[in-house]
Order: sequence, then structure tokens, then C-alpha cells
Amino acid sequence: MTIAPTATLPPEGPLSPDGPTAESMAGESLWKGAWQRLRRNPMALIGGGIMAVFVFVALFAPLLAPYEPASTEWTELSTPFFVQGSNSEHLLGIDRWGSDMLTQLIFGARQSLIIGVVSTLIGLFAGALLGTLAGGLGGKVDTVIMRFVDILLSIPSLLLAISIAAAMGKSSFALMVAIGAAQIPIFARLLRSTMLSQSRSDYVLAANALGLRRRNIILGHILPNSLGPTIVQATLNLATAIIEVAALSFLGLGEDDPAVAEWGRMIVSGQDRFQIAPWLAFYPGICIAITALGFTLLGEALREALDPKQRR
Amino acid sequence: MLRFAVRRIGLMVPTLIGLSLLLFFWVRILPGDPARSLLGQRATPEGIERLNELYGFDQPIWKQYVTYVSALARGDFGQSIDLHEPVLDAFIDKLPTTIEVTFVALLLAVAVGIPLGYYAGRHQGGWLDTAIVSTSLLGVVTPVFFLAILLKYVFADQLGLLPTQGRQDARIDVDHPTNFYVLDGLITGEYAAAWDALQHLILPGLALGTIPLAIVVRITRASVSDVVHEDYVRTAEAKGLYAGTINRRHILRNALLPVVTTIGLQLGLLLSGAVLTETVFALDGIGNYLYDAITVRDYPVLQGFILFIALMYSIINLLVDLSYGLIDPRVRVS
Amino acid sequence: MTVEYVPGQPQSQPQTTIAGHGDRPLLTVTDLSVTFTRRGRAPVHAVDDVSFQIRAGEHVGLVGESGSGKSVTSLAIMGLLPRGGVEVAGSVDFDGQELIGLDTATMRNLRGQELAMVFQDPMTSLNPVITVGRQITEVLKRHRDLDKADARTEAVDLLTKVGIPDPARRVGDYPHQLSGGMRQRVLIAIALACQPRLLIADEPTTALDVTIQAQILELLRELVSGSQTALLMITHDLGVVAGLCDRVHVMYSGRIVESAERRQLFARPRHPYTGGLMASIPRLDQPRGVPLTPIPGSPTDTLPWSQGCAFAPRCPNSEVDCRMHTPALEPADNRALRCFHPLTTDPRSVGATHA
Repeated sequence: MTIAPTATLPPEGPLSPDGPTAESMAGESLWKGAWQRLRRNPMALIGGGIMAVFVFVALFAPLLAPYEPASTEWTELSTPFFVQGSNSEHLLGIDRWGSDMLTQLIFGARQSLIIGVVSTLIGLFAGALLGTLAGGLGGKVDTVIMRFVDILLSIPSLLLAISIAAAMGKSSFALMVAIGAAQIPIFARLLRSTMLSQSRSDYVLAANALGLRRRNIILGHILPNSLGPTIVQATLNLATAIIEVAALSFLGLGEDDPAVAEWGRMIVSGQDRFQIAPWLAFYPGICIAITALGFTLLGEALREALDPKQRR
Repeated sequence: MLRFAVRRIGLMVPTLIGLSLLLFFWVRILPGDPARSLLGQRATPEGIERLNELYGFDQPIWKQYVTYVSALARGDFGQSIDLHEPVLDAFIDKLPTTIEVTFVALLLAVAVGIPLGYYAGRHQGGWLDTAIVSTSLLGVVTPVFFLAILLKYVFADQLGLLPTQGRQDARIDVDHPTNFYVLDGLITGEYAAAWDALQHLILPGLALGTIPLAIVVRITRASVSDVVHEDYVRTAEAKGLYAGTINRRHILRNALLPVVTTIGLQLGLLLSGAVLTETVFALDGIGNYLYDAITVRDYPVLQGFILFIALMYSIINLLVDLSYGLIDPRVRVS
Repeated sequence: MTVEYVPGQPQSQPQTTIAGHGDRPLLTVTDLSVTFTRRGRAPVHAVDDVSFQIRAGEHVGLVGESGSGKSVTSLAIMGLLPRGGVEVAGSVDFDGQELIGLDTATMRNLRGQELAMVFQDPMTSLNPVITVGRQITEVLKRHRDLDKADARTEAVDLLTKVGIPDPARRVGDYPHQLSGGMRQRVLIAIALACQPRLLIADEPTTALDVTIQAQILELLRELVSGSQTALLMITHDLGVVAGLCDRVHVMYSGRIVESAERRQLFARPRHPYTGGLMASIPRLDQPRGVPLTPIPGSPTDTLPWSQGCAFAPRCPNSEVDCRMHTPALEPADNRALRCFHPLTTDPRSVGATHA
């Protein structure tokens, strides 16, 4: 006996008079639709633009910077009043160590990008591994891993990064590990919960019922569907990482080598001269805020693009 | 409800045990001899000897852990290597300052954040909503210490409206029975001193509270704009209830649920943010003490303070969860 | 040019509606149109010149698929459409009072008291953080000025009336402690708390289990019949209408395509869409093995009414003129019908045939 599809008609949503939209959405693939929504979103354009400039500056720092990064040859100019931006040879002036501000800022972008990306990758991989294991294997493994994650979460993330950085000594590597480790719980929880919700979803149940191999289900269904939220979280975490690098440097836990330019440390060294030369701390601070803003905007836009249900 | 509370407290115990383990091994994984790294630059043979004896670093590791935990159980959280005072005493001594600043920051986040977020959520797409959302985004991305420096420069140094640093004007000499300066001023009737202490809290509180404020605004806005479209709000409309009743009882009450959780999580941010703001404003709280300990690598202080902060954070989140159980009946049963 | 026929107006044939309803209708909807306008998109005419009447105590069904505009019609009557992006035209006269454009305060006084509504999804239509008792008492306090104790007693009475066991204990329960069927009973209790003169039930059984559906329909019938409360039943299911309604309006793509007294409609559906809906109801009086006949296509395959008959793309009877001229709603065969080529035979026995 055939079942008539119109025997019970689908109930009508009271406020969705336009049926065709739902129809056209189902046809597109998730990523294609996301890309189209992203392109139309001004938040994504601004965020993407900021990110593009930031990455460009970081990659081509040696070509863009007017001087060598570590050169401190203008020491005599830096005392007592630090040259201001009006000087044509030093567009943004000279810092207290006699280095060109613009050069320092440009190389600072490089440092922020490297530490931000590497630490986020550390957090992502370690967190994803823990999360997938917990979500995929379940049972005791899940309990043990999630208890561990709970312990990490009981320490506020900046404090966790501080304690790791303090234990490892002052180096860029220590910063990356510290900030990366502080991100592990976020990614672990995210991956675990998406894995669990995906594995309970109808299509995975269906795939199971059809006798598809477990590995194929995970690789073919669960992982691609977890990708979206992970990318969103990673983009947002990049913003946090860049701020945290600066915070740790501010606390004296950053890179010890004075030849490496770093925005957070530039703020520290400008801080006590803020009254006479506020721009020394102001420029790097603005750089951090704008970069973090770029990644945040992009992350939020990605979230909206990848999750059409959340759109209003 | 009671079962929910007991279960929730039960969950805290393994976490705290794990944390004590983690902090214990944290000091042990420091490269080289633990006593030497604990002492850092001040390592002398006698000092190392003394520490080895004190912490039993020459003992097997499980014995060391037992010693460590039993010391913790006795309320012995070690001694500051730099300042030679018990870590617990230092923490208790510094805590009131931090609580005062944190309270001001939290008050700002809640008292300003919820109304702004509610307004923005009800008037999505309007110009004020756009302004609120954009400003809150700026609040999230500005580093706390940078904001602190800016606020201090503008309002204290340039405009001279508020004090630049410390908790109290140096010329004011009053008793501090509780060590909460504002409270002390009120108790002892020294209202000028209380007012002065309050003024000292405004800028640090503002700097510290900006990120939580921005987050509370965003969460409230998102939550309100979700709840507004819920079926039960339409039911309430269909009942012909007054707009005020619908807003309060049906929209706000549901919309605040995620906000409450967020506020609990923000306290972690506030406690760690204290390290950054207290430094800028030279406030004598746990953050500043921790900063000094980081600078000289005073590990017992770091170890102890992190444990205390984690403990406070856990208790706060426990309270938040319990209050969540009070306002959301669904939690109590599940 | 034909004069638009107002369905629900008694025809020349003897009326079958219950006596004592009086001559003046309780609710008169005239040329109601609801248009959703969104930036960057073509406006959607969700409801298009809909007219009908309901008398006191009468039970009227509004039937159609998703997107036919039946729910939007009910929300327009209740004044519950979102404020932005919606244009409402036409008139809704409730006992002499015009509801379209009525000021908010007066409308709030009517809603819950004179006009009440039961919604589709009982799982989401109750506030999860307030006890069901309070959700009932708040409407009693608002409209009937009862004090706390009286409202509570009344709430327990109402719960008893809607068939909730142990009502004195259940008033203190939260919605999540009740099953879907019980929640719908609570929502019905809320709607009937002030003995409204018009009750709109928007797919009240769709979200429920099949066994519960029948109970809820039975309850609604019990509570409404014999009282002066008029019922507007919104549904996609002709089966629901069959046992409950005096008069049925079938909507398609925002317009009424056929309206008739219940028995007339079921005995002889004339619009091919009505025929299609009936052919797709499983029936017990048919021999086993006879397949149900679905309506081909989906509600999205429509033609704009301005260009012809919206149902033409899916209609077995459609001819060239259906895609060139818009049929008007005209009186025919004891009903109002919007069709150039209506059915002549019973579609259930031989399927839809050409005129």
C-alpha cells in the first residue's frame, strides 16, 4: 500500500508565509551557502579586510619596515622627549630605547601572528584530540578526559597561561605553549559536544542502521559537520590569543630577547612615559585592539554564515 | 533541589583533588632541582637544604604529595620565598581590595549591561542597537591593561577627576577594622574616607568591568531577541496581558537564564584581570601580589594563589549553578 | 463582472446552523489582506481578500496546506502579527468593533477575554519557568479581577474542566512536568478562562500523538458546544473539520477557493483542490488496497492569483483559461466556489475527472 504524502499535510508555521526560501536553502551545499552569506555580510568584509592587512604586514615585515627591527641607533633622539610623529624620517616617532616606532609596530604584527596562530593550533590539536576521543569513545575515557578538562577550566584561562608561562621561562615558545594550553578546554568541550550531538542526529542513526562502518561515519559525517563550529571558535580564539600574548608580555612573561618587537611589551615600556609621550603605548595598544577586532568580526560573521538558523 | 545541590557539590571534589595534583606536579616539573628553581636567583646551599627539608623534595614523589596535601588540610599553604610570610595570610590580607574592585566591576557589568542588552534585543536593527553592539565589540577587543592605562591617563592624569592610584588618599588616616575600605569608612562614620575609597575604585572597576560589561550586553541582547520569538511570548500576548507583565514575567525572566551563567564565568575573567588592573593602579590586592610573585618567580605564592582563586571560582560557579536551579525549574529535576 | 460573494452569508436554501444565533454575525472578516514586505524581496501576499463570517456559537473551519494563509488570517484577527514588515488591509469586525488598526490598549483588553487562541505546539507555548497555575491565574487576574485565592480556586476548577487529573496538585507543576496532551489541555484552560466569545484554535492537535489528538478534539467539542463561544478551527486536516465544524472555508495560496456548509462540502466537493484534499484522507469505508490519491506537486508550485488560478499548475481539471484569467469566488450549488472547471463527480470513487 502506498502512503500518500499529502494524507497529512505538513503543519503550517504561522509566520513563514514564504515557502520558497526553505526550498532554495536545502538545495545549496552548506559551504556554498555560507560563502554567499559571508560575502554579503559587512562584518565579514571589515573583519576579513583587517585580517588581510595584518597578515600581509606580518609576512612582509622586512620589506615594509623602514629600518632594521633591532636597531637602536637613535638613542640620542629618544631622550628627553622622544621624537613625535611629525618627523619625516620616523613617521611614528622613536621609542625609549631609540628604535623606530613604525618598524617596531610592523615587526610586532609578525610576532603576534606567529604566536597567535601557533598557540591556537596547539590548543586546537590538543583540544580536538581530547574532545574527539572523549566524544567518540565515550564511557570511562570520556569521564577521565572531561574531568581533566574540568580541572583546567577551574583555573581562569589567563591564570592558567600565567602559571604555564611562569614555569617555562621567558621565551616565545613558552608563550605559545601557555596560551595554547589555556585554549585546550574550549576546543575539547566544543569537539566533544558537537560529536555527541552529531552522533545522535538522524542521519548518523540512519547511517548506523544502514550498516556503514563506524570509521566512515565519523570521517564522512561527523567530522565535516564539526568543522564549521571549530573554524568559528579558532577564529575567535585567535583574537583572544593576540590579546593574551600582550597581557603575558605586560606581566613580564613574554619574550626576553629585546630584539624581538612585541606589542604588549611596547605598551609596558611606554606605560611609565605615558604622560609625556602617550603615543608610545597608544600605538601598540590600538594595533592589538584593531587586530583582535578583525578576528572577532570575522569569527562572528563565520558563525552567522555557517549557522543559518541563528540568523534573524 | 537538595539532591541537585549535593550532586553538584560532589562533582567539585574530584576537580579540586585533580587541581591540587596538577599544582603539585607543576612545581615538580620545573626544570632542574625543585628547591633550586623554587628559590631561583636567591638559591643558596642553606636555602636549598632548608626547602628540601620543608617540602621533602628528597622523598619519593607519592610521599611528597601526601605531605603536600596534609599540609593543605592543616591550612598550611606554604611560605612566600620572597617575603617570608605564609601564603594564606597574604591572600587573606590582600583579598578585600580585590573583592572591592571586582564588586564594582561586576556591578557595572550587571547594572548597565542587562538594561542595555535588553534594550538592544528589543530594538534590533535600530541605530541605538547598532551603537550598543559596536561599542560592546570594542569593549571585548581592547586589552584590559591598555584600557586601564588609557583611563588613568585621561581621567586621572589629564582631567584630574579621579585619583591615579592606591586605595586611599595618603593624607587620610582612619581605622580599617574589616579592611574593606568603603565599608570601613561607613562603619566608623568616616564618610569622607569612604567616599575617597570609593573614588579610588571607580577607574580600576571601570577598566576591569568593561569586558564583562560588553559580554553581558551581547549575551542579554542575543537571549532577549531569541526569547521574544518564543511561542510562550505569543501565548502571553494572546492572553491580553499588559506589556509590562509580558516583558518582566515572560521575556526577561527567561532571557536572564543564560546571562546568569555568563556572569559566573565572567568572575573568572575578573579574578585574573585583577592581576592586570591592580598593577596599573597600584592597588594592593591579590592581583598585584601575584604580579610581584611572577616577577620574582615566587612559586609557593603562585601555587597557593592559583589554588585559592580556582577554589573561589569553583565556589562561585557552584553558587551560580544552584541559583540557576532556583530560577529554572527544569534544572532541578534533570 | 461578478460581485464578490460573501461566504458564510446564508444562502436561499434553509439554514442548517443551530437556531438562536441571531442575525448579526459575531465576527465579520471583509477583504482581509496581509502582505509581508521584506527589504530586497518581492512582497508576499499571505492573505488575499479573504472574507467570511462567524456567528455566536458557530463552529467554522479554515482549511488549507502550509502557506495557504490560514494561520496568518487567525493572527491578523488576534492582532498578533509582528509589527514590522507586515501590511494588513481590509476589515475585521468583532461584534461591531473594528479590530484592524484598533489601539493596543483596547486590543489587549479584548485578547484573552473576548478573543482567545490555542496554538499549535503545546511543548513551546507555555512559559517554562512559571507554574501552570500561575499561567492560568494571571489571565484571570488580568481580565476578571479575581484576587489571588479566588484565582487559584478558579484555576483548579478550569484544570478539572479540561480533564487534568489531580488538579489541586497540578497547579503547582511546571510545564516540563506535564505531557504534551496535558499541556494542550492547560492551554485550552487558559484560552477558555474568561469564557471568550470567539476561540481560535490553530492546528491544536498537529503536534500531538494520534491517540491524544482525538481526546483533545473531543474536549474542545465538549467545551465549546452548547456554549455561546464561537470556534474558528484552523487545520490542514479535513478529518478534524468533519466532526466539529458547521461551515468550512478552504484556502489556497492566500485566498478562499471554496466555502460551504459542512455536509454540502463533504457530500459534493466542487473545487478540485478540496477534492484532492478529500481523496488523500484515508477512509474506512473504502475497500482495502485502494491507494490514496495525493495532490500532485507541492504548495510552492503556485501561479500568482493575478495571473490566473493559483492551483492551476497542480490541478487535474485545469485548462488554458485557468492560466489566463483569475476565477472569482461566486455562488454555485449551495456554496461559494472559485473555479472555472469544478468537479462534477465524487472524487473519492473515481478520482478527479474533467468537467
